[in-house]
Amino acid sequence: MGIDRREFIRIAGLSTLLGLGGKGAFELLAPGRVEAEIIPATGSKKAKRWAMVINQKKLDDNTAQQCSAACHRVHNVPDFVNPPDDKLKLNPAVAQRYEVKWLWTEHFHNAFPGDAPAHMAEKVEHMPFLVLCNHCANPPCVRVCPTKATFQREDGIVMMDMHRCIGCRFCMAGCPYGSRSFNWRDPRPYVKEQYPGYPTREIGVVEKCTFCAERLAQGLQPACVEVSRGAIVFGDLEDEKSEVREYLRKYFTIRRKAHLGTNPQVYYIV
Amino acid sequence: MADYKNEFGLFAERPKVEKKLFDRNKVIAGLVIFIVMITIPLWQNLGKIVAAPVPSLDTPVIKKLAEKDKKCVMPKEWMRANHMQMLVDWRDNVVRTKEPNVTISRGREFVAPDGKQYLASLTNTCMECHSNKVEFCDKCHNYAAIAPNCWGCHLETGKKMAEAK
Repeated sequence: MGIDRREFIRIAGLSTLLGLGGKGAFELLAPGRVEAEIIPATGSKKAKRWAMVINQKKLDDNTAQQCSAACHRVHNVPDFVNPPDDKLKLNPAVAQRYEVKWLWTEHFHNAFPGDAPAHMAEKVEHMPFLVLCNHCANPPCVRVCPTKATFQREDGIVMMDMHRCIGCRFCMAGCPYGSRSFNWRDPRPYVKEQYPGYPTREIGVVEKCTFCAERLAQGLQPACVEVSRGAIVFGDLEDEKSEVREYLRKYFTIRRKAHLGTNPQVYYIV
Repeated sequence: MADYKNEFGLFAERPKVEKKLFDRNKVIAGLVIFIVMITIPLWQNLGKIVAAPVPSLDTPVIKKLAEKDKKCVMPKEWMRANHMQMLVDWRDNVVRTKEPNVTISRGREFVAPDGKQYLASLTNTCMECHSNKVEFCDKCHNYAAIAPNCWGCHLETGKKMAEAK
């Protein structure tokens, strides 16, 4: 009856071998989707380095306002200066301080401080310059963020993860362009018309332009580009044939505070 | 007994202090009232059985689905136990693509075990079917005394829903 020691060792050794190699071998020979996974969306726009060229020659006041409005609408950006309800009206000074801006206009001497000569072309002096996050190649906001809530994606977009933002506002101090806004109070009542499918923000987080990362993932152009009537060009800087590169070859462009070494990726044709 | 010494000098023995609870009756009565007060919730719910919530699946979108399509992105039991982890994974994958600490991280499409693809989005995918947040989410969360902060930012209605309206 039973097995002797020799037999036992033989069986134990064989089953160990099977146990070690068995599962791996099965998976190697018959791979299948075992678990759920997440894959990139088909039809999303991809680039090695996103960049934007703003043709100021084509951009009039009206179009600039429309770009800004379109951007703020699709991202549920609150409007503290002109709230949707009279009851929410704030003291103008406070409202201005609370203002949240993703895309807005500035005059040349504010957009390009130090670059304005004493006697400037009159046309340029009164030109509305569309300003936004420059999605710098060397972004100071990313470097100072203590929680990595702001980070640089592989395609160059300087992205915000609102889930991680603790509202320390280091990034606002770090950004030389004033592209970041802090939510000093609950923004939701101040959102004119809630745009479904994109979240609002909460009190206590910083927000900014994301180059419409969520629209790129759907294969769409950024919202401002769509309504700019050709004044804004968006594309891959690494792709020689892209429209952005074509514009950069054709026109002389300037960038905001490039001397600071942030390597901004929004180019202006003046 | 040894001499007792303090900063005022030597004493033959420790000064005697009467060991006594002053206002004994009032103190004990007060203590009893206090204990009863703070345990009132316990007494009130003693023996009561709070029925486990049954989240309602009664939404227009779910009603419209064919019987064989009436299933979640993952099996019901799995979702019940793990939906929070799945939402965190979706969030990390969508917002923070190519983060080293995210295991399967690439994008916005979620492939269910049966091969069907879904957009990894709380507002646009989950809430599209389960558009009754109060009935579907809040019921259990309130029962378990959990307050997830999703709704501080995320809207309850998805894009497709709004378009249909």
